[in-house]
Amino acid sequence: MDIKKNSPNSTGLDVESIRRDFPTLHQEINGKPLVYFDHAATSQKPSAVIQAVENYYRTINANIHRGVHHLSQAATDAFEASREKVRHFINADSTKEIVFCSGTTGAINLVAASFGQKYIREGDEILISHLEHHSNIVPWQLLCDRIGARLRVIPVNDNGELMLEEYEKLLNHRTKLVSVIHISNSLGTINPIKQMVEAAHRHGARVLVDGAQATSHTAIDVLDLDCDFYAFSGHKMCAPTGVGVLYGKQELLSTLPPYQGGGDMILSVSFEKTIYNELPHRFEAGTPNISGVIGLGAAIDYLDSLGFENIEPYEQGLLRYATDAMSTIKSVKIIGKAARKSSTISFISDKAHPHDIGTILDHEGIAIRTGHHCTQPLMSRFGIPGTSRISLSFYNTTEDIDRFMIGIDKVFKMFF
Amino acid sequence: MEDLRELYQEVILDHNNDPRNFRKIDFATHDAKGYNPLCGDEVHLYLVVKEGRIEDICFQGHGCAISKAAASLMTDALKSKTVEEAESLFHRFQEMVTQKPGMEINFEGLGKLAVFAGVREFPVRVKCATLVWHALEASLKKKDRATSE
Repeated sequence: MDIKKNSPNSTGLDVESIRRDFPTLHQEINGKPLVYFDHAATSQKPSAVIQAVENYYRTINANIHRGVHHLSQAATDAFEASREKVRHFINADSTKEIVFCSGTTGAINLVAASFGQKYIREGDEILISHLEHHSNIVPWQLLCDRIGARLRVIPVNDNGELMLEEYEKLLNHRTKLVSVIHISNSLGTINPIKQMVEAAHRHGARVLVDGAQATSHTAIDVLDLDCDFYAFSGHKMCAPTGVGVLYGKQELLSTLPPYQGGGDMILSVSFEKTIYNELPHRFEAGTPNISGVIGLGAAIDYLDSLGFENIEPYEQGLLRYATDAMSTIKSVKIIGKAARKSSTISFISDKAHPHDIGTILDHEGIAIRTGHHCTQPLMSRFGIPGTSRISLSFYNTTEDIDRFMIGIDKVFKMFF
Repeated sequence: MEDLRELYQEVILDHNNDPRNFRKIDFATHDAKGYNPLCGDEVHLYLVVKEGRIEDICFQGHGCAISKAAASLMTDALKSKTVEEAESLFHRFQEMVTQKPGMEINFEGLGKLAVFAGVREFPVRVKCATLVWHALEASLKKKDRATSE
């Protein structure tokens, strides 16, 4: 195996040193050292992020954008510096295209409300995929119910990949928006977003990408993808919970009506006429999650210091190692065998139910996710109520996977 | 593994492998579905109640070992009991699985159901053990659906 925990490996990551950056990893659960395999639910946080949040509260805590005093200016500078970091992180043209919100769900709901109001009419079609998280299904159902639009679904094949020929057939002049997940949270499938955006644009449809599972695994380049919107959450990429980003092309964002009304999103208010603020502030009503945004900036600095050119091959190595190990167990069936996958593996077993597997592994100090992963339509597609899922990241090691395999062995000893 | 065995007792593993009363009644006087949105477990409970007594009771569905064994053992325990007895057993059972660890449990009348006492050490699994009982309560109250939430 080319991945070693105790030395900088061939991919250029010093994983032992990285693990020291994450305080939560160094504890015992049920008397066993923690193995954290639930990165896809939420990532662990490095000390640099925790410190950035603490520093804000300890040294520059103030509201932003409206104070003349020193602390307010310092907080505003730190907040806006994060916006520039996000812009650079996803290679957007301008910070005007970076809207801070509560997370991916918040971002999708913003688009559903504002883009929906402006561009979607009765009889129009919104296209999503069978891989979607509930957060990229329900906002569109609500919108469709409200205006009489039609929600259509790109099917997946038995490997958990989108059926692109079917996708092409579904696109037509009524398609106003394609909203699709970049990397499946349940199966790890990496979708060919660039190709899908190209196809959608040929039909005049806009594209929103749910990037919640992508931003900690691979470099994002919104200019190259040419997507119209890109939504992601801080907490899946080492930043705090409660903060996320909606990227939107400036030419499009500038045409959209405001989402929520309140302070910060206006230039002037009178009872007769309110003038809305410029981008991106028009979409940021109320005092935002200032510490979260600053923490997100620190998380981006941290990920940049590791480099996706190192993270990606390392995680792909972990994925291969775990897939190979699990493939040796006859009673385990991996759900999702896409040719392009991130380091997430869903599996079922005819011997043990996911919930029981989760409890027994927890007993071994191994944290995995069980259930439908907020993708019930996808589970139905495979005829299962749920799976057990391990989601790995750059702070995991092959030794973690070995521990997991021993845990799995204990599961099957219980349910022989 | 020792305390895991407290949860996964032999009787539970046996009823998981070979659930009793796992069938459907076409002419049930009462039935209800129980659903645990957390894990997707689903149970459909069927009863034939005559003059306040449970003449037949059975279930179908899918779920984890705990929920399956709970349904199997509950249906065994409730056959030929009166509705009042069933309701009282439900409360005793619920008390047992939610009792704080270390506190004494009164096992009187619980019979084989006592094997679920270990569940109280695993708070996230309490819903697995009580799902079918919630379905029972819903069916007796003529609601068609119960959730363990």
